[in-house]
Amino acid sequence: MDVWLNAIMVLLVFSNLILLGAGRLSMYIRCVAFQGFLLGAFTVLAHISDLTVHVWLLASVGTLLRGIVFPAFLSRLLRDSGVRREVEPYIGYTPSILSGLAMLGAGMWLSVRLPAPAIALPRFVVPVALMLIFVGLFLIVTRRKALSQLLGYLVLENGVYVFGVALVQKTPLLVEMGVLLDVFMAVLVMGVAMFHINREFDHIDTDRLSTLKD
Amino acid sequence: MALLALVLLPAAAGGLAFLIRPDAPRRAMLVCVAIAHACMTAAVWRVSTQPVLNGWIAMDAQGLVFLSITSALFLAVSVYAIHFLRNEQHGMRHDLEEDLLFANAPEAVFTGCLLLFLATMTLVTVSQHFGLLWVAIESSTLASAPLIYFHRHHRSLEATWKYLMICSVGVALALLGIFFLALGAERSGLEGSMRVADLVAQASQLEPAWMKAAFIFLLVGYGTKMGLAPLHTWLPDAHSEAPSLVSALLSGALLNCAFLGILRMMQVFVGAGQQAFAQQLLVVFGLFSIGLAAVFLLEQADYKRLLAYSSVEHMGILALGLGLGGIGAFGAMLHTVNHSFTKALLFLAAGNILAAYRSKSTRDVTGLARTLPATSFLWVAGFFAIAGSPPFGTFMSEFTILRAALNQGRYIVAIAYIAFLSLVFIGMSRSVLAMAQGPPPDRPINASAHESWQAIAPPAALAIVVLLLGFYVPPALNALLHEAARSLGGM
Repeated sequence: MDVWLNAIMVLLVFSNLILLGAGRLSMYIRCVAFQGFLLGAFTVLAHISDLTVHVWLLASVGTLLRGIVFPAFLSRLLRDSGVRREVEPYIGYTPSILSGLAMLGAGMWLSVRLPAPAIALPRFVVPVALMLIFVGLFLIVTRRKALSQLLGYLVLENGVYVFGVALVQKTPLLVEMGVLLDVFMAVLVMGVAMFHINREFDHIDTDRLSTLKD
Repeated sequence: MALLALVLLPAAAGGLAFLIRPDAPRRAMLVCVAIAHACMTAAVWRVSTQPVLNGWIAMDAQGLVFLSITSALFLAVSVYAIHFLRNEQHGMRHDLEEDLLFANAPEAVFTGCLLLFLATMTLVTVSQHFGLLWVAIESSTLASAPLIYFHRHHRSLEATWKYLMICSVGVALALLGIFFLALGAERSGLEGSMRVADLVAQASQLEPAWMKAAFIFLLVGYGTKMGLAPLHTWLPDAHSEAPSLVSALLSGALLNCAFLGILRMMQVFVGAGQQAFAQQLLVVFGLFSIGLAAVFLLEQADYKRLLAYSSVEHMGILALGLGLGGIGAFGAMLHTVNHSFTKALLFLAAGNILAAYRSKSTRDVTGLARTLPATSFLWVAGFFAIAGSPPFGTFMSEFTILRAALNQGRYIVAIAYIAFLSLVFIGMSRSVLAMAQGPPPDRPINASAHESWQAIAPPAALAIVVLLLGFYVPPALNALLHEAARSLGGM
């Protein structure tokens, strides 16, 4: 099993690096959708020894939302906005990719200092979870488009999710479903806000959102 | 079941509000639900309720304090909302600050989200499970975001986006903290239960390293939503752009809910006898928030931002009181009550001023005492209350926290606390008192419409509560606050 888990982790790292180096917003959406499918497979593989209904439900609903519903909704918004590319991020693409590698390194450094997780998972899981969290925060801070920031939030949330699956053996189903519902609602509400930003400014640059200050 | 009904009633009414077309029945429903919610909350004081959902939802002292505040504020706000919504004319309208036209969000959406907001905040107060509490806190962000975007122009949109993004990221980090806590529990051989009571009972067996990591993430996550500096950046924007009655709920009820998230973790620390670590962090964050708010209050030209920074200051005071422990924890609980009522009163009064003067700048507003006598009286009284002057309740609670610092011989903390509070007093008094005095401006003021009883009675009722709390804390409330403080390392 470890081979497959490691393969998923490697693919997650690649998808992060592509995300950091991409300029086309449709590519961002595809990367995050891909991560959604990887997370579904990860959920099943991490609990391979006891595959309960709970695990299957969590994996299928999670994949459906992260892999299909969110990307479809966001692609729709993107099409309506008529924007194609991220323009002049605060940190360029090549430095972004290099920072991504540094984040993976930082994740490894940190994970060595954490005690071993409860279930026996490859040591590579926690560093990748940390990398996802860092990359999500990085995208939110350095990208100008509202859509990129929203996707950054989703990557951050993916990281927290991997962490949760890796570290905690039994999270009650109700809580996991509640978390998923909240993420779903967050995407919906942010999507509606983005629709309004697009209508108000004729584009979705958040750097125009800078009137309010002291 | 009574507790479930408290959550489900506003949730169902919120869903229904989206569907009701005519304004009058929808407004009537808003007030009826607020009254019913307040009555049920009052009943919870008298009758003990049964835990439901496997003990995930139950009532305890802290929960009851925060539920009562939320319910009372919502009642006041719902009455005020009738007046507010009647004055918000439909169609395009002219912006106050810039030359642009904008429309309001549909009233049905506004009322629906207001009721859903109440439902999510109620769920926060009755949650006894860390996972459920997280879900409720994140839901309250999502339910309140459309409220900030009621006036549909680019400034409120900016505020809404910042609020959504910053708070969602913060709360996502809090989830990481909860996973750390669960991991700590699992590794100590506890049966993975994340109920607050179970964790408190077995707290001494939790691994301290994981508990500390969990607390840091929870403090950062929920602290973002609570408005502790330097994570408060969304707060002044959201409070200044939202309609005043929404600001009143955000400041008086929502910030408290995030504080409750931190309190729950504090309970576990106290159960383990390890609170020193958490208290240290809270004192630092608290003092920093008070100091930073004091600086921004000094030169603040927008009176709604003024109130927002004052909220940052008071959240700092709550964190400081909790961090000091002893009677400080009791002071923090009492101050929660005082601050919520006072701040809601001030925001509602600010709403009246904004409606009459059509400007948020303190320079444009003069001669309140003559143009809006009742509002002016409440505005000045509210200022003295929020600045912690006697005879208001806030004086008692702020003084209690000061006494806690002095009792423990932490003179530097005490001196910094007094110095910052004096700065706040000076900064706020300059703007607030200048607004009340002087001649009215030359341009016409639409004063008569803005002093209807629905606009005056809610803030006046809140003011009376704050004044009475300064003289006399009812024994039932006193006992409840002490009980809440005891489980937080107080007395």
